[in-house]
Amino acid sequence: MAKPKVAFYWCASCGGCEESIIDLAENILKVIEAVEFVIFPVAMDFKMKDVEALHDREIAVSFINGGIRTEEQEHMAKLLRKKSGIVVAYGACAHLGGTPGLANFFNRDMIFDYVYRKAPSVENPHNITPKPRTAVKQGDLTLPKFYDTVFTLDQVIDVDYYLPGCAPPPDLIMKAIEAILSGNLPPKGSVLAPDKSLCHTCKRKPTKPEKAIIKEIRRVHEVLLDPDRCFLDQGIICMGPATRDGCGERCINANMPCRGCFGSTSRVEDQGAKFLSALASVIDANDENEIRKITASIVDPAGVFYFYSLPASMLRRRRNIANE
Amino acid sequence: MSKRITIDPITRLEGHGKIEIFLDDRGNVEKTYFQVPELRGFEVFSIGRPAEEMPRITPKICGVCPTTHHMCSTKALDDLYKVDPPATAKKLRELMYSAFMLEDHMLHFFFLGGPDFIAGPSAPPAERNILGVISKVGLDIAGKVIRLRRECRDVITHFGGRVIHPVCGLPGGISKPLKEEDRLRIVDVAKNGVEFAQFALKIFEDIVLKNKEYVDLILGDVYKHATYYMGLVDKNNKVNFYDGDIRVVTPEGKEFARFKPGEYLSHITERVEPWSYVKFPYLKNVGWKGFVDGIDSGVYRVAPLARLNVSDGMATPLAQAEFERMYATLGLKPVHNTLAFHWARLIEALYAAERMLELAQDGEITDPHVRNIPTATPEEGIGVVEAPRGTLFHHYKTDKNGIITEANLVVATVNNAAAICMSIEKAAKSLIREGKVSEGLLNMVEMAFRAYDPCFACATHILPGKTPLFINIYSKNGDMIKTVGKG
Ligand code: SF4
Ligand code: SF4
Repeated sequence: MAKPKVAFYWCASCGGCEESIIDLAENILKVIEAVEFVIFPVAMDFKMKDVEALHDREIAVSFINGGIRTEEQEHMAKLLRKKSGIVVAYGACAHLGGTPGLANFFNRDMIFDYVYRKAPSVENPHNITPKPRTAVKQGDLTLPKFYDTVFTLDQVIDVDYYLPGCAPPPDLIMKAIEAILSGNLPPKGSVLAPDKSLCHTCKRKPTKPEKAIIKEIRRVHEVLLDPDRCFLDQGIICMGPATRDGCGERCINANMPCRGCFGSTSRVEDQGAKFLSALASVIDANDENEIRKITASIVDPAGVFYFYSLPASMLRRRRNIANE
Repeated sequence: MSKRITIDPITRLEGHGKIEIFLDDRGNVEKTYFQVPELRGFEVFSIGRPAEEMPRITPKICGVCPTTHHMCSTKALDDLYKVDPPATAKKLRELMYSAFMLEDHMLHFFFLGGPDFIAGPSAPPAERNILGVISKVGLDIAGKVIRLRRECRDVITHFGGRVIHPVCGLPGGISKPLKEEDRLRIVDVAKNGVEFAQFALKIFEDIVLKNKEYVDLILGDVYKHATYYMGLVDKNNKVNFYDGDIRVVTPEGKEFARFKPGEYLSHITERVEPWSYVKFPYLKNVGWKGFVDGIDSGVYRVAPLARLNVSDGMATPLAQAEFERMYATLGLKPVHNTLAFHWARLIEALYAAERMLELAQDGEITDPHVRNIPTATPEEGIGVVEAPRGTLFHHYKTDKNGIITEANLVVATVNNAAAICMSIEKAAKSLIREGKVSEGLLNMVEMAFRAYDPCFACATHILPGKTPLFINIYSKNGDMIKTVGKG
């Protein structure tokens, strides 16, 4: 039997999702044995026309990582959708927009203005910024158009499954690959990780506040962090209550709070809103005013509560890519 | 008829990369352009974020070297809050960082750039990858590389929680101390690392240095640029990855500048071109003269060979001996031969392993005091480290509450952006003559940028398959005449 064809493609990503495949270490040889990679720019050549020449749905599964920020990325995502039976949004950026999605607090002009004009190391007397098309003596040079905002993958194409995490951990990657190869898949639209909150498996859960006891919010650099006590109990923002389980509490093992890279569970519409309500229930205040005072002491709530999910949030969700 | 060659995609800086080669009427290379078609705008969306989140935000610039951004950002926070971490915290950071440099350099030598030599520049593409390396050095050794890399990455995970985007850095220290049982494990990894790095140098000697063809390639003019060099040095002018002064030497090897991280703006300026999203840094006090080398051009190079060129040696004994041997063999200092980056990288890997072992055996390393809580009012902070791929600067300004108001990042590979353009152009000019473009020649062009290990995983040979270069040749009016691919 022919091996199933697999594509692994990057959009607006950092390369960390590629590294997560290399971090399968000894297991990577098993994967190579079981599938035929048709596109994997980290590891091998592919030609656009070879991809275009594939039959529709000829690729068994495409894993696409990174958000969508340029027209080239959108184009590739659409092409892969057409050629693939299954599309998996791989990693936090494709799933939720990821940390680079914080750029949705700004727009293209603001980014260009700083990066190419105002940054203190830049000298740009002629006010040059990169252009989609530049005529040089020998011909035209082109760059893909840079969109105003970052999109999640499912805002651009239909997505079948999500593999969460920044980056996804090896055990979940292997499980997902095995599930796909064996055809043993959950309903379309599922996130391929446990559907409960991170606190559920966290070693610190016994000290997690269950009633309103937090008097003060503190920042990680201001206090010595107790390695055993729940972060919330220490007054430190930890996104655990609003975050899906499955990473193995990676950040918490390093004695740092969670920032929510797995997104929320299926019952939650908006990760940041969910966190805010979880937090409000443990704040110890006598009245409205006091609650307001305590929550006001959270610096940058939007940036921290949507550390990984701004483009997917109700706050900054863009409805229509045609606006670009 | 004018022709145009497009190499796309090749790279991974902040995204992919693309090379455009224009041929003149006779089919010789007239001009090449190296373009980076992506931007994500980290400097801008950092604004409004709490400074202490920056070590968690900035690693997302690059998932290939997140540890570098994490460390640089953490150091910028030390400076921002004017807080000196406890000695043990600095040592733990450097220990984690050494593990990172070791595994990253090994990855490059065996799986990314190295196959050019190990399998050979003219080996068929199907062999210029991990499988070719395995068949040349044996499955056993390839297994050792995978294992060493996994062990080093476990060390990083131990501190950082995650190896892809670690989280342990805080202004004034690190989030948790090291326990004795974990220390013992790290000592073993480091010992193994020292042995393996020596072994890698031996492979380099047997396969590359004993082969006249390869040595001629390294020393030939095709891969040579007389540029300035930049890198971090300690107070004895020895190579340092984690801390020190930035030293710049001229193409003749004379000290041109030696400065503190906080003075970087007096030395580095970035140029903008309309045809690339990447900026082109150059030495401010020399000036921009275009994509050219020589003493009058502000183009400088960073990363392994540059670091060795600006230093007086290595701070550990085994690496020092290898340093001396390299310069004795190549005869000159600075070495301008781009392919010598590979050799320098292995010497650095040995240093990283030796340093890791030193630190893991340091009497203070398990001290539980690993944080000083910052008390100063923040205003401005600058951090620098040496990434595997060159000098990295993070520069933040904040309000008095520690909220970022401005962020400027000069990213490691970007320092080499101009030089990479030049190296590609020179290789293309030397190798593509009268319209003759063969697959072997394409690999030789590819080798010009792969030597820099420019933070893209793209041009790599990790998996069996075709290599990522293909060239379309167009006529002036845009019709594709020919595709030359490999694999
Ligand atoms: S809030 Fe954080 S530290 Fe507390 S139990 Fe949940 S995940 Fe663990
Ligand atoms: S602890 Fe939170 S931020 Fe960290 S890896 Fe797990 S889900 Fe992601």
